[in-house]
Amino acid sequence: MSKDLFVFIEDNNSIKDISLQLLSEAQRIKRQHSSHIDDVVALYLTSEDIDISTLYMHGADKVILVKNDLLSPYHTMIYAEVIKEVVDVYKPSILLIGGSITGRDLAPRVSAKLETGLTADTTHLTVEDETGLFLMTRPAFGGNINATIICDEKTPQMATVRNNVFEKEKFDLPVHEPINFTATISSKSNIKILKETPKPKNDIDITSAKIVVSGGRGVSDCFEALKGIAKYLDGEVGASRAVVDQHIASKEIQVGQTGTTVRPVIYFACGISGAIQHTAGMDKSELIIALNTDESAPIFDIADIGLVVNAKEVLPILQKRLEQIASSAN
Amino acid sequence: MKIYVLVKQVPNTTEMQVDKETGTLKRDGVETIINPDDLAALEEALQIKDSLGAHVTTITMGPKKAEGMLQELLGYGADEVVLLSDRVFAGSDTLATSTILSSYLKDKEYDLIIAGRQAIDGDTAQVGPQIAELLGINQITYVTDIVEVTEEKIIVDKETDDSIITLESSFPILLTMLSEANTPRYMNVKNIVDGFDKVISVVTNEDIKAPISKIGLKGSPTKVKKTFTKEATKKTDKQIVTPEQAVNIVLNALSPYRKGL
Repeated sequence: MSKDLFVFIEDNNSIKDISLQLLSEAQRIKRQHSSHIDDVVALYLTSEDIDISTLYMHGADKVILVKNDLLSPYHTMIYAEVIKEVVDVYKPSILLIGGSITGRDLAPRVSAKLETGLTADTTHLTVEDETGLFLMTRPAFGGNINATIICDEKTPQMATVRNNVFEKEKFDLPVHEPINFTATISSKSNIKILKETPKPKNDIDITSAKIVVSGGRGVSDCFEALKGIAKYLDGEVGASRAVVDQHIASKEIQVGQTGTTVRPVIYFACGISGAIQHTAGMDKSELIIALNTDESAPIFDIADIGLVVNAKEVLPILQKRLEQIASSAN
Repeated sequence: MKIYVLVKQVPNTTEMQVDKETGTLKRDGVETIINPDDLAALEEALQIKDSLGAHVTTITMGPKKAEGMLQELLGYGADEVVLLSDRVFAGSDTLATSTILSSYLKDKEYDLIIAGRQAIDGDTAQVGPQIAELLGINQITYVTDIVEVTEEKIIVDKETDDSIITLESSFPILLTMLSEANTPRYMNVKNIVDGFDKVISVVTNEDIKAPISKIGLKGSPTKVKKTFTKEATKKTDKQIVTPEQAVNIVLNALSPYRKGL
């Protein structure tokens, strides 16, 4: 077994951020535990000629490139077969796969094929220096508890990680020629793609917003007010699951475990109780400001600034003040 | 058509709380329910049974006390209900669980195996795909709608990160469903009454002979090293304020980050 850390690279016309985030985290882990990890290796399955320099830029020491026409579009059984072929040759110690929908379709399949352990939706990864074991931490029981998992008898130790849990970082590692791997693919598919409808892409991407002004049940009858505030702050509006379920806000801006994970500089939570399912999607924000009339709301356990007040009454005053500031600046 | 539905009984984790004193889960009074995604899977199977005719069997791995829940599945309209229960199964992680379930299924005839995408206690979404791998059949996960079923093929809509794709597959195939896919029906008095005459089969490892080295706590490749609750990370105590005061505090807090505030 080698001491390499493999990261599966996912793409959709271009390499996905989630893979770059994992490469960066892998490189960070390697630098902190260099006696236990040799190389961070990006494993990229594709049918296209794509520029792979971004992989080295974000943390890959090496790239294994498997290029084959059968690798597009994505197909579970074919990808699992190819990954097993590569793993059997290179025997990595760790294999990370992004916890996207594709990753969660692929990773368990690969783990069963390799007869090894897989830990899903990990939020913290590290190496135990005494043993060299990979420590994989994840929420369980709906997020009520955290568990640190090990896979000490089988390799590779596998984990998936959701988007935005880790940050991508520029490392500027030297760009090499990739290692070209020829796969023999024998899986046959009984699945045909009939139609593909792209999901409507909003211009809004709350994951890149530096300020998120977010509303929950407590502001469900004045949710529109958040848009004005967000505009003056150059931020984006977010929502809890409660208001999305009530069709007051769209799913694209839902923050939380079944929505999106955000890590803005400022998360402004208005009338949000702060249930685990929500906070899991925003608790890494740098500054959390919470407004809620309920003193016992769990949001106050993670808020940097917790104000027991009715957000509905605060928002119009805040909006006015922001308008004044904006007009006096002109 | 023969359909197997994988159903798990789970604690209702959305109602669960953590005891702040001890840092442990408060499990008392938390009801056990049928996992929501699995109920959607069962509903799809029953819809196919309604339109095409099918024999629907549910499979659950769990403790003996799961039998009560299984009676409910008959009430919804399942034809047969199977409980895989054995002390040697205890402590199984997802791969060990999948090994047990696929050991049961491997000599059965089936066209369709439908599972929920994930359980609300483990939240891993691993068992469905792992079973498909161990049985050597194809899978379609994150199914949002079953568009058409005939004796020869099935057409489904599936969610991906960027799109919704419509796929056609022959049988056998394993699907994992999202709870958003449908609204489960109510239990039906006739089914409930008929269900009392039906036998819930309890299957042990004597019957399925899953290899001991691959099941239970000892056979699980993943192990829990420790569990802990998230710490409160707040830096200041909450303050009770008036709306005007709140605005001042907020603007103050924002000013290092925003020009002109």
